[in-house]
Amino acid sequence: MSTTPLITADLVALDLEAADRDEATRALVDLLHAQGRVTDPDGFLADVRAREAQMATGMPGGIGLPHARSVHVTVPSLAVATVPAGVDFGAPDGPATLIFLIAAPAEGDGDHLTILAALARRIVRESFRTSLLEAPDAATVAEIITREVVLP
Amino acid sequence: MKFVGVSSCPTGIAHTYMAAEALEQAALAAGHEMHVETQGAAGSVALDPQLIAEADAVVFAADLEVKDRERFAGKPIVDVGVKKAVHDPTAVIAAAVEAAEAEVARVAAGGAAAAPVAAPATKVSANAGTGARIRQWLMTGVSYMIPFVAAGGILIALSFMIGGYEIVDTDIVTDVIEGFSITSSLSWGALLFHVGAATFAFLVPVLAGFIAYAIADRPGLAPGFVGGALALVVGAGFLGGLAAGFIGGFIALWISRWKVPKGVRGVMPVVVTPLIATFLTGLAMLVVVGPPLKAVSDGLTSWLGGLSGSNLILLGVLLGLMMAFDMGGPVNKVAYAFAATGLTAAGTAALAGAPEFRIMAAVMAAGMTPPLGLALATAVRGALFTEAERENGKAAWLLGASFITEGAIPFAAADPLRVIPSLMLGSGITGGIVMAFGSGLRAPHGGVWVTPLISQPFGFIVAVIVGTVITALAVILVKGLRRPPATDAVVAGQEDRSAVTA
Repeated sequence: MSTTPLITADLVALDLEAADRDEATRALVDLLHAQGRVTDPDGFLADVRAREAQMATGMPGGIGLPHARSVHVTVPSLAVATVPAGVDFGAPDGPATLIFLIAAPAEGDGDHLTILAALARRIVRESFRTSLLEAPDAATVAEIITREVVLP
Repeated sequence: MKFVGVSSCPTGIAHTYMAAEALEQAALAAGHEMHVETQGAAGSVALDPQLIAEADAVVFAADLEVKDRERFAGKPIVDVGVKKAVHDPTAVIAAAVEAAEAEVARVAAGGAAAAPVAAPATKVSANAGTGARIRQWLMTGVSYMIPFVAAGGILIALSFMIGGYEIVDTDIVTDVIEGFSITSSLSWGALLFHVGAATFAFLVPVLAGFIAYAIADRPGLAPGFVGGALALVVGAGFLGGLAAGFIGGFIALWISRWKVPKGVRGVMPVVVTPLIATFLTGLAMLVVVGPPLKAVSDGLTSWLGGLSGSNLILLGVLLGLMMAFDMGGPVNKVAYAFAATGLTAAGTAALAGAPEFRIMAAVMAAGMTPPLGLALATAVRGALFTEAERENGKAAWLLGASFITEGAIPFAAADPLRVIPSLMLGSGITGGIVMAFGSGLRAPHGGVWVTPLISQPFGFIVAVIVGTVITALAVILVKGLRRPPATDAVVAGQEDRSAVTA
């Protein structure tokens, strides 16, 4: 199994300001690109938009969950942003303040997909979301996720 | 209450799992128990059939087609999209409770509880190992073929009972379409025979078509069916059909993964993929598989011809092995044709003990034991077989007794490496025993229905019974050596599940 962690502090943007979901997603894609986890930011962003167009990924609890499986992704990755002002992700109960961008390679291997599955399950839990929103810094956010979402 | 569910979404990495978690938590909060099968990119872990059996209702939070939907037949189903389950799981659980209560009320009001359907395993779980997947592909083809085997085989067996073995010489046009007489047993027999024969013509195409379907989904159907039909044309039998299914399926799968311009993408699955895959499969069957097969079959025929006059018991064993090897394929056909042409050559004047008649008796007995042995095996060790195979086993008694060797094909196609050697063992011994007893047969078809035409019938019947028992024992032994791979796949999946919930 790969030793690359799903998320590091470099992939967390606290108190992001974004006018809309595209801008917020773009900011997170740039973080992934800077870390070499996405080879072509524009191509990956297009894949995420295509997925978003099928069905909005906003969900109750102020969550935006843009995601895609894409050939432009080298390592399964997660980038997280908190957006105190909120940005609309199409959820029925209002704008998202916590945004997860999931980047999965087109040919994902089982372990990583299982980790992403575990992450998706955690996101549904309010205690998990609260702990991320209340985290003091980027390193803590990365640490909480890494601790909660691991293979046994 | 207890619920089960299935979740899926287009990408298979987020909503599938969020929906599952949301539903399980909402169910727990409302005091219920729920298990959701996540049919996502990380592979799906099949729900324990026990959980499905106990469930009061089923929730489909699925944006993709639910795999193995027939497992839930007879249960009240709440069908919502994945989005609804993520956004409002509490309402979905409430709907499931309502559906379950409505079902209870309906049954209490005198409605029969819908019986769960014993459905064949017809889909392939994405995370299964190679061996398990091959078995699932084969089982998909076999499960769709079984109705044709049972219907066609029983029709033909009935035609022998009513019209005698000469019913195969009737003509579909003059004896049925033009000359049908409602009071003539010959007409009824001919009708049954020709409908049965038409049904049997579908065996190999359906087998090949649905193997290809399991591999490549709908684009595999046309190449698979056509490849199967061509396997019959080149005389390759059901083994040729298995090959055609895999060839057609993988060609279609390969083509469907081509990167094509957006404008063409829409017509790929319905036009381009079936067109190219069908052509290439046809090419493979006629040009690549056909010629060597014909050479083998010609070679075997002349070799068998050269063996005439040698030790008859050894010849009986050899013919028996050949009969059971491919059941309707080239090797079986050579053995059968060797016996049937000998019968014609000997004519009616020959004595009862003539070698031609003894060869025919050995060939027929050896062609009866494969279905009979498998019927016996399913009767005494049902747990080693799938539900579909056990059902087929019941029909196999009649098919075997009527010398319709095809009754064994579903078993052989599903698990060729274990089943075929077992069948050959029983048939080889049967062929030898018939020769040893010196039984002779003047008819080329008919099974037990032509017993009056068998000289030394007692020896013939003993040989068939011995062969049946040996076949059954051999099948039970080799199948019992290892648990069926289907079980392995579930166990492997459970490890994934613990990873997800840990």
